Amino acid sequence: MTEASGTHRPINWLAEIPEYQGLWSWVTSIDHKQLGIMYITSALFFFLIGLVLALMMRIQLMVPMNHFVSQDSYNQIFTMHGTTMIFLMGMPLLFGFSVYLVPLMIGARDMAFPRLNSMGFWVYIFGALMLYFSFMGGGAPAAGWFSYAPLTEKGFLSNPGVDYWALSLLVIGIGSVATGINLIATILTLRAPGMTLQRVPLFVWMMLTTSFLVVLSFPALNAAIIMILFDRLLNTHFFSPAHGGSPLLWQNYFWFFGHPEVYILILPGFGVVTEVIPVFSRKTIYGAGFLAASTVAIGFLSFGVWMHHMFATGLGFSVLYVFALSSLFIAVPTGIKVWTWIATMWGGSIRFSTAMLFATAFIIQFTIGGLSGVTFAVIPLDWQLTDSYFVVAHIHYVLLGGMMFAMISGIYYWFPKVTGRMLSEKLGKWHFWLMVLGFNGTFLGMHILGVFGMPRRVWTYPYGLPVVSALNLFSSLSAFVLAGSIVLFFWNMAHSFVKGKIAGDNPWEAWTLEWATTSPPAPENFDRLPPVYSRRPLWDLTHAAQEPKPAAQESTHTEPDSGSEPGEQP
Amino acid sequence: MIKNRVLVGMILFVASESIFFLMLVLAYVHFHNVTGATAAAQLDPIKTGLFSIALFSSSFTMWLAEIARKKENAALVRLWLFTTIALGVTFLTGQGIEYARLLMNNITISRDLFGSTFFTLTGFHGFHVLIGLLLLLLMFGLAVAGRKDEPTHVGMQSVAIYWHFVDAVWLVVFSVVYLWRYV
Repeated sequence: MTEASGTHRPINWLAEIPEYQGLWSWVTSIDHKQLGIMYITSALFFFLIGLVLALMMRIQLMVPMNHFVSQDSYNQIFTMHGTTMIFLMGMPLLFGFSVYLVPLMIGARDMAFPRLNSMGFWVYIFGALMLYFSFMGGGAPAAGWFSYAPLTEKGFLSNPGVDYWALSLLVIGIGSVATGINLIATILTLRAPGMTLQRVPLFVWMMLTTSFLVVLSFPALNAAIIMILFDRLLNTHFFSPAHGGSPLLWQNYFWFFGHPEVYILILPGFGVVTEVIPVFSRKTIYGAGFLAASTVAIGFLSFGVWMHHMFATGLGFSVLYVFALSSLFIAVPTGIKVWTWIATMWGGSIRFSTAMLFATAFIIQFTIGGLSGVTFAVIPLDWQLTDSYFVVAHIHYVLLGGMMFAMISGIYYWFPKVTGRMLSEKLGKWHFWLMVLGFNGTFLGMHILGVFGMPRRVWTYPYGLPVVSALNLFSSLSAFVLAGSIVLFFWNMAHSFVKGKIAGDNPWEAWTLEWATTSPPAPENFDRLPPVYSRRPLWDLTHAAQEPKPAAQESTHTEPDSGSEPGEQP
Repeated sequence: MIKNRVLVGMILFVASESIFFLMLVLAYVHFHNVTGATAAAQLDPIKTGLFSIALFSSSFTMWLAEIARKKENAALVRLWLFTTIALGVTFLTGQGIEYARLLMNNITISRDLFGSTFFTLTGFHGFHVLIGLLLLLLMFGLAVAGRKDEPTHVGMQSVAIYWHFVDAVWLVVFSVVYLWRYV
């Protein structure tokens, strides 16, 4: 596999590809790799902004009765932090990974609809700019990332912040649906010869499920957002109790979108670690079929659990029981996944590269976050803990300790492929340990804060609460360690992009198709594709002498339509 | 499984839009116990029903246009596309007349929950009909002035999927909004 580095290749750095030079090529590009890089770069930029907002909150909460920011600004800060991290950081980051990797992994030239892909990206950028313009347009939204009615009604928040929030999310939502449709069409119609659905990498399976969730859940958010916009701009009464409207309707709509949304965010993370762990354990993934099936199961179940976000709203007991049960049930397929990752590592010859370290920490932290999540399915505990810091701890364990650790693992893993240069492992290990310490220091104590009754979204807290004060101080100090580790990460990326070691085609000796092309891949992706007889085409390539199995070609499943649209696919 | 990416894309888009309309219909249904009386008093199921027949039959003519395209009968493609457009315009005209009458009676989007839910739901449906008409006009323009193989069969199929979807949504909306009083 490594013999490829012996052949003479003039281009082994992203900045040397002629087609990618000049700013204009990045504005007009419809190349899935460029758009993927732009998605990821923008997402990481908003990650920094979200981090700054988070630090402002932690400084405010460092000591009791602090006046670092005003009460009103604090509301704006946590609203913008949540909205930024979910819609401007999380979603674009996973879309960046998927539009970059999915065509490469299935051996396609580009996405099914390259222009739609570009539209999805630019619509996201404009939506993001519109959201941040609210600071200049009369005040940022201040109703939290889920913008509960009737607080969002004109009578309660009269500045235009919520209008910007709604418009921006509507625009981003439309772009997300477009990208979701694009990804599904790509996966279903553009697979290389031999690449059946049973043979695509599991990352692709997870992205397929995620895309279905995007396509089917975002319209609920869009519909709700249109209603709140009409309420505010056209004086309709959907969510206004004074005119007979129903605030609970908003909650139902929002969480019908919102619960699939958390799986939209985490499934790509699952996909990343499912690619990383086998490569660095030098074993095939354990129970690939179970992993794919449990992903699909999560996809279906995620539409049936939304009311566990609303246990405190006075639903009838029959409703409570049904949704408590379904919420307990959805933990099962997730547990299957954790099991298969551990079983894959078991007995493997593990190389603890930085990517593998992040994937390992992901398993542990996500399990903690998952367990605290199941807590909310237990109705009495939910009533006790809802709207407390326990929820904050939970969401950060699954999204930062889970999704973000997985995505960072993916960045360490695929950075050589994208840029042609290796990230520094030395800086990477420093980044990893500082981030693990900073992250757990910041959020582990919040579980206890929540149990002690500290409500979320409070601006400050009184003197004389020993546990609360000490834990908040510790959390704030740890947040700076976390922020420092992120700075180190960005420095690592910037430095390695220019000075990093040349990667070569396949530095990790991985098995999936994206490693069969050059690093960075040429604009046309592949000179020629290796034949695909199994889930690990590159393994087959190096071990081809033993057993070439052309019989596998006559698979019964969906043959890709490489010939059905002549002229479309060069 | 469908292997054409355009059709896959359109089917997924329609699936996504179905959820969108489902939410709008649910909002209407949610408030029906408050708004049902106004709906019964102000809406005219017979008149709107007649205009609805125009929309329903346009699905049929669209199907005929698609068959004509498959058989490469250019004259029939033009004829049936034109009929489909005419029927779609008839439906929108009917909706415009109805809106005008309601507004004359001071039923506006901001007056009460009936106005809010009714105009949002039917308005978004009308908007989708309008988009469909633009797509059909595009097809018709290609049929009249396009190259020999235009509109392509796949193009016709995908527009047809969208048009049948708009039609099916109206079937649900009409039943819920106009016919509920008879239940």
